[in-house]
Amino acid sequence: MKQFLIFVKKECLHIWRDRRTLVILIGMPIVQIILYGFALTNEVKNSRIAVFDQSKDDATRLITDRIAASRYFNLEKNLNSYKQIGESFREGIVRMVVVFPINFQDDLLHTNHAQIQLIADASDPNTANTLANYASAIVNDYQNALNNDQKLPYNIDVQLRMLYNPELKGAYNFVPGVMALVLMLICAMMTSISIVKEKEMGTMEVILVSPLKPFRIVLAKTVPYLLVSLLNIISILLLSVYALDVPIKGSIFLLMAESTLFTITSLSLGILISNFSRTQQSAMFTSMMSLFLPTLLFSGFLFPIENMPKALQIISNIVPAKWYYIIVKAVMIKGLGITAIWKETLILMGMTLLLLGISIRNFKIRLA
Amino acid sequence: MQTDKVISVSNLTKKFGDFTAVDNISFDCVKGEIFGFLGANGAGKTTAMRMLCGLSLPTSGEASVAGFDVYKESELIKKKIGYMSQKFSLYEDLTVWENIRFYAGIYGLSDSNIREKSRQLLTELHLEGQENALVRSLPLGWKQKLAFSVAIVHNPAIVFLDEPTGGVDPITRREFWGLIYEASARDITVFVTTHYMDEAEYCNRVSIMVDGKIEALDTPANLKQHYNADSMDEVFLHLARTATRSQD
Amino acid sequence: MAVTVQDLVKNYTVKKKTIEALKGISFSVEKGEIFGIIGPDGAGKTSLFRILTTLLEPDGGSATVDGCSVKDEYLQIRQRVGYMPGKFSLYQDLTVQENLEFFAAIFNVSIADNYEYIKEIYEQIAPFKDRKAGQLSGGMKQKLALCCALIHKPTVLFLDEPTTGVDAVSRKEFWEMLHRLKTQGITILVSTPYMDEAGLCDRVGLIQKGAFLSIETPQSIIRDFKKTLWSVRADDMYRLMETILKSPLINSCYPFGQYHHVTFKDDTKKQSDLEAIVAPGNFKDVEIAAIQPNIEDCFMALMTE
Repeated sequence: MKQFLIFVKKECLHIWRDRRTLVILIGMPIVQIILYGFALTNEVKNSRIAVFDQSKDDATRLITDRIAASRYFNLEKNLNSYKQIGESFREGIVRMVVVFPINFQDDLLHTNHAQIQLIADASDPNTANTLANYASAIVNDYQNALNNDQKLPYNIDVQLRMLYNPELKGAYNFVPGVMALVLMLICAMMTSISIVKEKEMGTMEVILVSPLKPFRIVLAKTVPYLLVSLLNIISILLLSVYALDVPIKGSIFLLMAESTLFTITSLSLGILISNFSRTQQSAMFTSMMSLFLPTLLFSGFLFPIENMPKALQIISNIVPAKWYYIIVKAVMIKGLGITAIWKETLILMGMTLLLLGISIRNFKIRLA
Repeated sequence: MQTDKVISVSNLTKKFGDFTAVDNISFDCVKGEIFGFLGANGAGKTTAMRMLCGLSLPTSGEASVAGFDVYKESELIKKKIGYMSQKFSLYEDLTVWENIRFYAGIYGLSDSNIREKSRQLLTELHLEGQENALVRSLPLGWKQKLAFSVAIVHNPAIVFLDEPTGGVDPITRREFWGLIYEASARDITVFVTTHYMDEAEYCNRVSIMVDGKIEALDTPANLKQHYNADSMDEVFLHLARTATRSQD
Repeated sequence: MAVTVQDLVKNYTVKKKTIEALKGISFSVEKGEIFGIIGPDGAGKTSLFRILTTLLEPDGGSATVDGCSVKDEYLQIRQRVGYMPGKFSLYQDLTVQENLEFFAAIFNVSIADNYEYIKEIYEQIAPFKDRKAGQLSGGMKQKLALCCALIHKPTVLFLDEPTTGVDAVSRKEFWEMLHRLKTQGITILVSTPYMDEAGLCDRVGLIQKGAFLSIETPQSIIRDFKKTLWSVRADDMYRLMETILKSPLINSCYPFGQYHHVTFKDDTKKQSDLEAIVAPGNFKDVEIAAIQPNIEDCFMALMTE
């Protein structure tokens, strides 16, 4: 055990003495989150909208005026057909269209019930979301004002339609995505580099000729990176809660446990890569190409997997980050418990055991 | 004789902070001379050599190499010198021909000139038919000989050799010195460092650096006489044992 | 026997071409012996050391270290041997003290327990114990590496080219350390490209292209030199060699420091024959003498046989 601890200590010293890398390790996730945070807090002002008023009565005119008067919106044009809605979006003239159905006021006054449809361009999901919220609020205000002198309440039903990106993938999706990416990068890439570095420096020769079991060498090299990764998860979560207002709805323990599991998956991938790499450069490129890019592409946080061709959808299943991403979203955003994600957790566990098994089996107890 | 000086160094000093790596050294080398530059590890040989190659600026003192000033004309110096070391010589993953082509190309030789030179070079080294072999596949001795020939392919005024024969078998080592003599006969000045003391005997003159200073500079015969020693090994040990510092 | 090697073969395959690094070599080393493996780079020294330290598996033959087979009992061997690879193999970003602590720990010993063993060497680098290993001079690095290889009291010590690139003074000091270690009963296998270090070993194996040219005590190797060796010098050494090599009677002429070492094809030839060969060159200060060969002469003779 003492052997093991001193090895871990040595590994920590390496990380600690290499200040530049250390700063990158700790700083990278923070910078990524903050950068996105800035993009997120851009206030929406004077967004151009269009109105397709099929009713043209007092109520619709009043609501339209109220929306147009708000500092968030500029009424760009009035539309006369459904066809024009698509055109205006495609031409990029408007970000949102407000649609009033025929007989809006009649419906409202006689059945106490009417509908407004808000169609937003969700290719920029945050803006779309914000605009829809503002517009709904204005409609709500109007409805409340009407209801003030009414016994039977009027009810205006606001229907939202998000064009181009119906799931509104954005802020909430970004945090789990960055977590997957950062863990993959730090664990896999840094572990593989640090193991290969010993091969390059010639120190691996001396360590192998010691009674230290090869398996323990590997384990000892991964422990410090496990710690750094957990530190990173904590910093990402703190930032997302306090700076980005993305709450952790589910159990934080479950989240940490799942993250540790994914960290171990990534570490075993790192060991595996180090088995096949002879230089630090090749370890880095292998990590980049075989881990970083697939994580970016197939985890689902940049590009919706369900929109991909069938073949790619199937491939995405072997990317561990995809499962981690689903788990984090479920726990963090949706607030679900283990009962909802046990399947994904099992898949991730299976992958980890398999990878760990392969990488330890393949770890060379000799030089060649 | 004045015109024959290809290296002229006076009071050359290089400091790194408080540490004086090269301490006020002065010497000259003449055309076609084989000049042995000896010293223990950390005596300052590498630093001195870097300054002469125009890779590092002196702190003070003067030096001219091939008639050019090391402070202002380092780019001109680089065109007139060749360099080879045990650690870096040729690209292992390029073929013999590609290496020759590359180095000759760097020095601006014309294509026809390169072809002629490389044919001549391959014949001299008995490497005909090996043009397309990867350098990696050559035995070390051949590599070193090839590297030397490539280092003088542009007919430099001076060639700097940094431990060129380390690890080479004894026969190849001697063949290598044969090449050095040929270069010297072609009026190329050879500036060489080595850890093999018998090789010091092959030099026209030898300087021995201790703690950044040149403690001795003369022909091997005179040095042995002066220190009442049988071999250069004894002379070297006598001087290097007085060293107080030990730094790489 | 501390080390036995029987018909050891090692091949590497590079681009479908098989390179024979070791062509079935055999030798043995007795306990407490300093055994030198002397040969140029690429002769197979490092492959041999890596097999004996269990870092590589042989492709044929067998070997034991301290009675354990390198194939099956590698864990036992790893407990007992000390190894200093050719490349400087300490952690450059750790201090002297940290390096030593680390290597002590992975061998499951404490520095305090075995301090007596390395004391003499360690004291020379102790003043720099808080300096990072990467900032040490060549000679100091070498001493630290030796301490790290010795800290667990190995029975057999493998030193792969410990003196390569090291200056003559540090080399002498290093060999003095090895001789003091020998008095403590440790078996030392050391490889070197420097022929002049052969005389410092109890026995040497001269190795070239994966095969031994000779395995003997340095004295017997020299005794086995079959021909009379002549040393010649004159005022113009380069022209002297050309003159000598032109003669059809000459077997070899190699420059050797301030002399040329010469052998005849026919060993019955005498000093007067050599004088006759040199005479047409009109050299000044000609000196000719029959001399004792050294290991390098023997190596070259064996190489060309």
